[in-house]
Amino acid sequence: MALTRRRYWAMAVGSVILRLLFICFSEDLNLGFRPEVATPVTSLRRLAEGYWLKNSSMSPYSGSMYHGSPLLLPVLGPLTVNRVKGLPAHLFCSLIFVIVDFVTAMLIRATGQKLMSTYHRSLQLLNLSCVQETAGYTHVGDLASLIFLWNPFTIITCAGSSTSPIDNLMIVLSIYGACSGLSSLAAFGWVVSTHLSLYPAILVIPVILLLGYGPDAPPSKLFLLKKSNESGGSCPKDKTCSEQKSKEETHIRNFCWRPVLFFIMWSLIWSSYILFLSFISLKEFGGLSEMVKKTHGFILNVEDLSPNIGVFWYFFAEVFEFFRSFFLIVFHINILFMLVPLVIRLRHRPCFLAFVYIAIMSMLKSYPSVGDSALYLGLLGLFANELAEMRFSFFLLCGYVGISLLSPVMHNLWIWRGTGNANFYFATGIAYASLQTVLIVESVSTILKHDRMLRNKLAT
Amino acid sequence: MASTVAARAPATIHTSFLLLLVILLSCDLFDRIIASSGEAREEEFTEELLLKPLPDKKILAHFHFQSTVPPSDSIGHHHHLFPKAIAQLVKKFHIRELELSFTQGRWNYESWGGSDPMSNINAKPPGVEMWAVFDLPVNDIDESWKGLTHALSGIFCSSLNFLESSTAYSAPHWGLRTNSSSMRYGALPREAVCTENLTPWLKLLPCRDKAGLASLLDRPSIYKGYYHSQRLQLFSSAASGIILDQTLTVVLQPNVQRNGMPNSYDRFLQPNWSIMSMFKKKVTGQCALARASSIFIELEDGLATELEKLGAGESWNNLAFDLSVAPDRVIKEHNSVEGKSSSILYEFKVVKYSKYEPLDVGIKWKLPLLWSCPEAPFHARRFLMGSGNERGSIAISLQPTQSCDQFLSDSHKCTVRAVIFQVAPWYVKVYYHTLQIFIDGRSVPVADVVEKISVSPSEDKVSPGSLQMMLRFPCDMNSAALAMDFDKGFLHIDEYPPDANQGFDIPSAVVSFPDFYSSRSYLEDNCLKQSPLLLKLQKRTALQSYTEVLLVPLTTPDFSMPYNVITFTCTVLALYFGSLLNALRRRIGEEEQLLKSKDSKRVGLIPRLLSKLKGRTLESHQSSSGSSASSKPRPKWLFKVIFVALIAVLWHYYSNID
Repeated sequence: MALTRRRYWAMAVGSVILRLLFICFSEDLNLGFRPEVATPVTSLRRLAEGYWLKNSSMSPYSGSMYHGSPLLLPVLGPLTVNRVKGLPAHLFCSLIFVIVDFVTAMLIRATGQKLMSTYHRSLQLLNLSCVQETAGYTHVGDLASLIFLWNPFTIITCAGSSTSPIDNLMIVLSIYGACSGLSSLAAFGWVVSTHLSLYPAILVIPVILLLGYGPDAPPSKLFLLKKSNESGGSCPKDKTCSEQKSKEETHIRNFCWRPVLFFIMWSLIWSSYILFLSFISLKEFGGLSEMVKKTHGFILNVEDLSPNIGVFWYFFAEVFEFFRSFFLIVFHINILFMLVPLVIRLRHRPCFLAFVYIAIMSMLKSYPSVGDSALYLGLLGLFANELAEMRFSFFLLCGYVGISLLSPVMHNLWIWRGTGNANFYFATGIAYASLQTVLIVESVSTILKHDRMLRNKLAT
Repeated sequence: MASTVAARAPATIHTSFLLLLVILLSCDLFDRIIASSGEAREEEFTEELLLKPLPDKKILAHFHFQSTVPPSDSIGHHHHLFPKAIAQLVKKFHIRELELSFTQGRWNYESWGGSDPMSNINAKPPGVEMWAVFDLPVNDIDESWKGLTHALSGIFCSSLNFLESSTAYSAPHWGLRTNSSSMRYGALPREAVCTENLTPWLKLLPCRDKAGLASLLDRPSIYKGYYHSQRLQLFSSAASGIILDQTLTVVLQPNVQRNGMPNSYDRFLQPNWSIMSMFKKKVTGQCALARASSIFIELEDGLATELEKLGAGESWNNLAFDLSVAPDRVIKEHNSVEGKSSSILYEFKVVKYSKYEPLDVGIKWKLPLLWSCPEAPFHARRFLMGSGNERGSIAISLQPTQSCDQFLSDSHKCTVRAVIFQVAPWYVKVYYHTLQIFIDGRSVPVADVVEKISVSPSEDKVSPGSLQMMLRFPCDMNSAALAMDFDKGFLHIDEYPPDANQGFDIPSAVVSFPDFYSSRSYLEDNCLKQSPLLLKLQKRTALQSYTEVLLVPLTTPDFSMPYNVITFTCTVLALYFGSLLNALRRRIGEEEQLLKSKDSKRVGLIPRLLSKLKGRTLESHQSSSGSSASSKPRPKWLFKVIFVALIAVLWHYYSNID
């Protein structure tokens, strides 16, 4: 299973070449218009309109077109205007997105290596390294980054014009920074991703846990159990035993506040910096309140009812007006409700917690796209060892394939041919949401089972 | 006692009546003194009708009624002729100018003309178009506009109140003929226009449709026409008072009455018509309150040229046609351009005719004549491109017509300017950065052609998007087109109109040409100043034309589904919440122990069945013993049922009594 280094790089480069091929034909593929790829928040066409409006000295947010960050405008805006004759319109942007995707994959790889080494060490401490050896060991970093790079969702998001690769990069950046203890990097990723798409704000919990406790490890109870086993059992060689004891005591992880405090400080610095930059760029056009209203307010209010792969658009197109605010609150609180129970059960695995949060986020987002799914499916690879015994994995795979084939068909029937009905397309959205539910629930219960298995191993 | 009271009572009545008379007389005198001391102007009313044969064998009939009121400061002033409703409207909403048109059918610019003053002023887009300029500070205008739309919708029995919502109107600054920052413009392209709008419009006339020219408005005949536009124009200023122009423009097809077999010669002959044949009525005198009342027959320059070729001259019965009545006056257009013949007007004074001697003017053609109308220099049309319900693009094309050279011949400028004003509702989300301009089929950079552009993008559910653009084209181009992409919005289920699958209308765009003017010039004559209609025709106005109304189909959700969607979505969310919470809450170790303990207590299948059977027999025993007990409460039940039934019967009885 282990990939040789050469093969890994070949595959990574291959995926980049595939992306470039897709970009060459992106004009014919029209991926930028697909509701699966570009949402009102991430669409590059809308960004171009916002840039045009800003250049004609109007607020980029006038006209309910652009809902992204004002900081993306000076970065990507000029690239949408520059055109080379005979080449696709958004060529330069797409090239940037290829680079962004590649960097994201490398960060996932680095995160995976870090996770693997710490996990390996903690298993050795528990004398459970046999678990890894018998199960057949995978280099999760390589696997996850390759899954991310070769995922068709990532490829079409990259080739279609959408800014979600940048969101994904920022999320991965904050996780990587937290894994390797770089508070400033983690804070930067967290602040920027929150600024871009609001939902990553909930990642503050796993990031703080990562900084406080370090990367994933078996439950701390196991270390205590091991200790009690050893102290209760006979200890033939007193010297080594006491050495081990001291080592374990240091390993029973205490929450260290230093990096967390640094993280908080850095996030304050970064967020004030970003707000300052946004303020400068929007000085003449209503300032920050306008920005918050048109970006985060737009995300929370679900104002745009154009179809996407989620379920909220149809719900809010159909629901009675006087229930609207109630359901808006219910749906958004649904994300927040699960935060605490998940932290309680999974606090020893903050990285996995981040994965679950990202999956929940992309399922309950108001404007979801496949780019969000691409991220959590890539991160899923990081836990390949623990999730090896996951149930329904074949069913999930078939479900993802089936829905990604059916959903465009239903969309075409409804919108373009007029023979279908909104309900057919909505049905695929419902099925997709259920599928993600199954994935989340199964992965969580498999991890819990894995912990239990470790405990049983330790007990016997 | 009683008799004295009775005697005194008529006396008091008599004196009070006298007093009233004196007061009234003095008031009248006072009024007259004021009027004579100031300008000697009074409220006036004039009525005019212009008839004009069109090249495609149709007849244009244009009714023009003007009421004026001199400036007066007193509020609640009693008006003699002027409609009080309009005067109050002007006072209340501080209107400086207002134009409201109800139109059915589309003006055919190719065959009915586009550059003569008649079509230039009177061609209107289908449905309702309304604009108003207010004499108010900028912040109060919207409020005033809302009030005005409501008031007008009440007056004209129409759905003008839909223009109240901020998604329906816009504030153009320079895209239209009237340039003002305090202007509001709104259009309802789908408004149906019928007699219920005409009746209140006629009510504003002093004679209504009982006498005068308005009595010609026979409903079946005027609504049978190809084009029908009913208009109301208001000008108000402190210096001139209020001027109310009411016009009705109809294009009718006269009934062809031919004797004998139709032959090829007949086919080219213009149809003979008279007022009687078109309106089923004759003119039986003017409205008694009108200052002037006249009927004009206009022969436009194309036709006049043809007549000149035949050597027919301007007489009213020549070898080409006969007028059934001798005109009172022939007015010839004064044309400055050499070698171009000018239009002829025949005037008939209605005052000479009465009920016993009605006026029935008409034309009888003797020779077939073919002519073409004066076309606008550019033919503007607008269309949609693309398919499907997700996105599309709007294109406006400008095609120079043959008459363009005539316009350009006198001025050797190398460029032509065109101003486009377009309003799109918010659910047509236009990407203004995708504006592309093609000249002669080749794409040109936008900056080369666009001289001035101002965009106010649409705000979702708040305001429509409006585009004002001044373009400068080279004069020798063969075609120009501009295209913009748009996304179609998705509406909430309640925002769809009743027939949602029909689609949504985008109001007409206005294309005007500030370089080209249209006006008629008649030789100065005192009589001409008396006629508001001719004064209107003499006014120099920039050419303007309206494009087609666009029909945009929008995707519809399933209107019958709200409950299903709510339940399905909530089920999925509940599934997520419940199963994830279950997975987190579960303690597998404890469950295993529980299972083990259960296993130890496990009982075989047969003993369990036996015990069940026993239990059932026991239960049946108990129920049989209980049946004797349950026989007791039965009367109680019966009593309750009867009680309820009684109440129901009583209630029913009493409710029926009322």
